[in-house]
Amino acid sequence: MTARRSDAIVIGGGLVGAAIALGLRDAGLDTVLLDEGDLAHRASRGNFGLVWVQSKGLGAPWYQRWTRGSAGEWPSLAADLAQRTGLDLALQQPGGVHLCLSEAEFEDRAEKMARMQAEAGNHGFDYRMIRAPELREMLPGLGPSVVGASFTPYDGHASPLALLQALHRAFVGKGGAYVPEAKVTEAAAAPHDFRVETPAGAFAAPRIVLAAGLGNADLAPRFGLSTPVRPQRGQILVTERARPVLPMPTTTVRQTGEGTIMLGDSMEEVGFDTRQSPPVMAEIARRAALSFPWIGDLAIVRAWSALRVMAPDGLPIYDQSDRFPGAFTANCHSGVTLAGAHARLLAPMIAAGALDPMLDPFTARRFDVPRAA
Amino acid sequence: MFRARPEARPATIPVLVEGAEILVPDGTSAAAALLLAGLPAIRETPVTGSPRLPLCQMGVCFDCLATIDGVPNRQACMVPVAPGMRIERQHGAREPAA
Repeated sequence: MTARRSDAIVIGGGLVGAAIALGLRDAGLDTVLLDEGDLAHRASRGNFGLVWVQSKGLGAPWYQRWTRGSAGEWPSLAADLAQRTGLDLALQQPGGVHLCLSEAEFEDRAEKMARMQAEAGNHGFDYRMIRAPELREMLPGLGPSVVGASFTPYDGHASPLALLQALHRAFVGKGGAYVPEAKVTEAAAAPHDFRVETPAGAFAAPRIVLAAGLGNADLAPRFGLSTPVRPQRGQILVTERARPVLPMPTTTVRQTGEGTIMLGDSMEEVGFDTRQSPPVMAEIARRAALSFPWIGDLAIVRAWSALRVMAPDGLPIYDQSDRFPGAFTANCHSGVTLAGAHARLLAPMIAAGALDPMLDPFTARRFDVPRAA
Repeated sequence: MFRARPEARPATIPVLVEGAEILVPDGTSAAAALLLAGLPAIRETPVTGSPRLPLCQMGVCFDCLATIDGVPNRQACMVPVAPGMRIERQHGAREPAA
């Protein structure tokens, strides 16, 4: 079969793949975006929608910087996508809080935030630990169980579904080739020379980007790469629409642009099991009602689970293959937060043929050797 | 616009639709009571404010949201009437009790 030739192939049409594909197209590369079908795990369709900085990168300041950089790219990304597609991504970056429901949680959080600031060095890390009386002025209807919160000005949220749609529309609008139902079945790799077979045809290019989420674990070895990612289940509850009441998101509660309130942030190691579990749903609801008792009066109208794409240490993995230069891999569980970095920072590096040294700490080679004592 | 079928049961249950009392047959849904009362809309949508009337009448479309006995955003088609029930239009998103 004759392969369609292009400058770049991106495997994976979720938030990570679509952001990179758009960035490559904007860099002038003829780019093919291969997507799977509806049987894929589709982490991008189950996302909570935080553009979240404050919890990222304890002990790994390079991850904090990358995340901050992405949050900084978000306003212009959202404006650019709105201008190109007419879609409102409902981006708001008013800062965000992590609520603490006990004195022990508050002290633990304060210690973590102080370490983050120390690790940030000259790059800086603005945060405040806020006690309940002041917090009550910021957040209406805060429950009596809340003893305080950490606040950073970098946090925000957006509509993940609008983001995904906008990335796809902008990519196709710019002349990118989107190919659905194109799960990669065969792959042949040589330096700067790649070919993949799919039910939708064969494709060849000197550059290939693996952005297939959990599918990367099996794809990577075919390209001389390693991406030891595993599924981590998260569950989300959504309330009926209410008038805007929450002025900023918290780690586990956010009010969307349409008015629904999303509750989430559970983490379970249950393999590829995408069922929901009442005990976890009850715990999500319990913590939400402790944080904001008025949420208990709202009806839950939807709930779902989805699988995060997790590396062993929870950080992203970015690599270019040593054996087959031109093959890149991109993996993370923060497809919304990192969309700005993926479209605006990572894609130009891939187009230029080399990852910036700032991404060196994200190589999967960090898992090959025991950490030095 | 909407009339009860001629063979319908007699209207015996008093309910208040937007404060006005009307009689409806036993077993009627709150959505049907609102249609019989002749209101032009049961709600305005939260995002665009577009007026809506009950559509599917079987609990699927959520276009019949109303405030029933003080509880907002109830699916009026799924709630059977009771004597003295207060059925009011849902104006946009509900007010959380924050």
